[in-house]
Amino acid sequence: MAFQSAEPGSAEPGTAAPAGVKLTCRGLWKVFGDGARRFLERHGGRPTGAQLAAAGMIGAVRDADLEVHDGEVFVIMGLSGSGKSTIVRCLSRLVEPTAGELLFEGQDLLAASERQLTEIRRHKMGMVFQHFALLPHLSVLGNVAFPLEVQGVDRAAREARALEVIELVGLKGREGYFPRELSGGQQQRVGIARSLAVEPDVWFLDEPFSALDPLIRREMQDEFLRLQRVLHKTIVFITHDFDEAIRLADRIAIMKDGEIVQIGTPEDLVVSPATDYVAEFTRDVSRAKVLSVRSVMDPPAEGEALAGELPAEARVVEVARRVVQAGRPFGVVDRAGRVVGRLGPEAVLEVLAPEETKPGQAAPAGNAAEAAQ
Amino acid sequence: MTLAGAMAPGPGPLRRPWLLLWAAALAILVALWLAAAWQPWLTVYPEAWILPLRHWISDAMRWLVKDASFGLFTFKELTRALAWLLDLPLQACLILLSRGFELPLGAGVTVPPLSWLGVLGAMTFAAWRAGGSRLALLVGLCFGYLVVFGQWDSAMVTLSSILVAVPIGVVCGGLLGIQGHRSPAFERAITPVLDLMQTVPVFAYLVPVLFLFGFGPVSAMIATIIYAMPPMVRITMLALRGVDRQVVEFGRMTGCSPRQMLWKVLLPSARHSLMVGVNQVIMLSLNMVIIASMIGAGGLGHDVLTSLRRLAIGDGLEAGIAITVLAISLDRLSQAAANRAPTPVHLRQQQSFVERHALLLGLAGILVGSYLLAFVVPGLRSYPAALTIDTGPLFDDLVEWINVHLFTYLDAVKSALLIHVLIPFKRFLVEAPWPGVALVLGVAGLRIGGPRLALLVAGLAVFIAVTGNWEKAMISVYLCGISVVLAMAIGLPIGILAARSERFHRVAQNVVDTLQTLPSFVYLIPVVMLFQVGDFSAMIAITAYALAPAVRYTDHGIRRVPGEIVEASRMAGCKPGQILRKVQIPLAMPEIMLGVNQTIMMALSMLVITALVGTRDLGQEVYIALTRADIGHGLVAGLCVAFLAIIADRLIGAWAARRKQELGLD
Repeated sequence: MAFQSAEPGSAEPGTAAPAGVKLTCRGLWKVFGDGARRFLERHGGRPTGAQLAAAGMIGAVRDADLEVHDGEVFVIMGLSGSGKSTIVRCLSRLVEPTAGELLFEGQDLLAASERQLTEIRRHKMGMVFQHFALLPHLSVLGNVAFPLEVQGVDRAAREARALEVIELVGLKGREGYFPRELSGGQQQRVGIARSLAVEPDVWFLDEPFSALDPLIRREMQDEFLRLQRVLHKTIVFITHDFDEAIRLADRIAIMKDGEIVQIGTPEDLVVSPATDYVAEFTRDVSRAKVLSVRSVMDPPAEGEALAGELPAEARVVEVARRVVQAGRPFGVVDRAGRVVGRLGPEAVLEVLAPEETKPGQAAPAGNAAEAAQ
Repeated sequence: MTLAGAMAPGPGPLRRPWLLLWAAALAILVALWLAAAWQPWLTVYPEAWILPLRHWISDAMRWLVKDASFGLFTFKELTRALAWLLDLPLQACLILLSRGFELPLGAGVTVPPLSWLGVLGAMTFAAWRAGGSRLALLVGLCFGYLVVFGQWDSAMVTLSSILVAVPIGVVCGGLLGIQGHRSPAFERAITPVLDLMQTVPVFAYLVPVLFLFGFGPVSAMIATIIYAMPPMVRITMLALRGVDRQVVEFGRMTGCSPRQMLWKVLLPSARHSLMVGVNQVIMLSLNMVIIASMIGAGGLGHDVLTSLRRLAIGDGLEAGIAITVLAISLDRLSQAAANRAPTPVHLRQQQSFVERHALLLGLAGILVGSYLLAFVVPGLRSYPAALTIDTGPLFDDLVEWINVHLFTYLDAVKSALLIHVLIPFKRFLVEAPWPGVALVLGVAGLRIGGPRLALLVAGLAVFIAVTGNWEKAMISVYLCGISVVLAMAIGLPIGILAARSERFHRVAQNVVDTLQTLPSFVYLIPVVMLFQVGDFSAMIAITAYALAPAVRYTDHGIRRVPGEIVEASRMAGCKPGQILRKVQIPLAMPEIMLGVNQTIMMALSMLVITALVGTRDLGQEVYIALTRADIGHGLVAGLCVAFLAIIADRLIGAWAARRKQELGLD
């Protein structure tokens, strides 16, 4: 395995309980360069970084394994050049993988013919692009209806469906506008509506909000979460922004130099980063927003006077104020109502403002305190 | 440039070997020069060694026309059938615009052509719809000129051939471009052909067209299409490749079939760039008008050519201006049409039928209305001769006045320049030993672009010598070289000024745009008026024609220097002159050199046309071949011109690309 899966002993899997697996890739490689396939074979299917560099090859994706579950938001996060854009294009076969295995709903995607692939893309996949990729000569309506037009759906039916999704993304009334008449945020709403028009089973979003202003980006993230609450799509979401990943993800895969470094829930990454590289990202995260009560609680103490009960799945930030104001520990209960631990003010403070505060850590703790108010 | 660069003292391990190589090459050149005194073959390529390529080509063509057969039909039948097919739409346009149609009743009853008022009104209306009242005024004035100055009939003949040639050129060029986009192998095969077609002087392929299709409007149109098509092919390939990668990925993710991808995603996304190609085809077709009249296109081109041959400056000028106004109005009209934004759907849905089809209804209304009206008012059918203005005599008087009063001064300037600059330079080049020149070119190629470039440029130079065109080629180089130097001397300062002042920039831009819409022939008219025929007139005409890119690229290059760098140098305390000399010009140098390159290309294409005013270079060879219908001669001389262009283009292009990379400008 190319990544180390974090297994935090205390934490149960989070909200994304392992449901059916939608999309799987195993040992996926994408090497750019002449004779890449033969090169891979020559090196036993897994050349090292040094071997790649010596041969003048670029290992955009190296031995990647991942599983995307039904209905989860799976975020692939990495800096530019980490291979995240290439891997999502491999998953949809926009880019042909050099080696590996790719299963979509149990079907071998790499074995699919061009015709089958076209059918799969037409009916089961949707994609949103960083720079929107709207067709400049079509109106909003025309753009959103385009995937249906390509399938040969008749005009009345496709426009009716397009109007539905346009309303869903909040662009009702702008059907007749052309892309250039819209702001960046609105254009991406069109891009989102367009990719949803065919009701895809898996939804790829390639840095959909990176080209937008920070404020608009925030608004679009909220919009995205709202849509996902309604639609429950299986989503592969690419971003270079760790905060965005934390905010949106059920699970995150972190990529570096073409390799997947770690896959886990946001909490997994914060609590037990697999490498220094991951730890570097998580350092500035406001921990109170990510950590659950379960991951910071103490074992239950007998005969203690408790101020009340807290759900184990709640984030620390949601309960911090109550615990600190009460000045007494709360009991922590799981979904079945069993007491599994206690959470006292000192533990909450440890999350909000860790004792051995280094200069770099003061800021996020402050943020957390603000957010808690 | 490169010479100075290599000579400059500087560190680096590569400097010294290069210096030695250069020194050796130059020493050999000088030695050969001296040796030429007792080894004349060094400067004058011996007759006996000439490769008879031109005869081989002529023989092959003769065989093709006389004997080649595909079994069911002969090659000649094929070309004649093609010509017949192309003649149909041309005849239709001519009937509509210029000739009318004689009903087959025997009584000489004719259906007249469209009224001039109708065509004028329709063009103005289309201009108004596409670009507002300013464009309408421009187009109205342009077509008004054609009416009032008595150019209407010729102009309609010319317009007919343009109306047929442009769509054919656009469609064929577009299809080839699409094919090139689909298949990289096809693109690799077609690119050198396009390079050659754009550098071979037009005259050279007039000869085979004449040979295959005969003398007449259809062959002229075929030559026009061949001439105007290459940019469309190139622009189509570029435009399709230039479509945003994510848009292409979107198309694939949506499951587009290859056909849907092309027609629904790629072509619409690239439509603005494609319209640039259409515009190019229109402009090149108009540029061809006069040249095409050499093989039988009537109309305005014919008028210019005959007046030029009669030295009737006034008539030539009027017809030349007529071509220009036609070019300007079609240029602006097609640009406006390309840039016009479609009406948003939400507005279109509220429009009535009339509003939605206003353009078509309006055009039809104007044309039909004026047509019917012309039956009542005969003056609308053909513009009354009494009302036309003829400036011919005026210009003839002007020329005479110039000849009487200014001749002494003009002649003195001309003679002085000829004796002290032109002739010595010409002698210098003609006496250069051809093996030495090829060697120096090779070394330059090696230094700039590596062994492949070196082989290419040296090989092309040797080809020119081996086919027996060395002396003529050197005369071409001399004329072209002097003109380019002059054009740069004028264009560089103008470009710098334009880059520094917004107002000057706008003025210069407009002037340059207009200069570029003038058909190359038009430049000859005033020059001949002032300086008669000869090398000097040719030089002036070439300089004027080649000026535009010198100005444009300099302006653009300096403007492209990043603003931060200029600000940084201002903060470092540079005076404006220092910023220009030490920052802007060095950084703009690659772009300026590309301007020089373009200037050379323009100069070479003009060079051939100046054969009409009596030069003695390669252009003249091509022209003579045309008049004698000597295919081999024309093609080989034409290829030599193309090879001169390619040598200059590859050397300068490679230098500019390398320099840009070094400066990190790309």
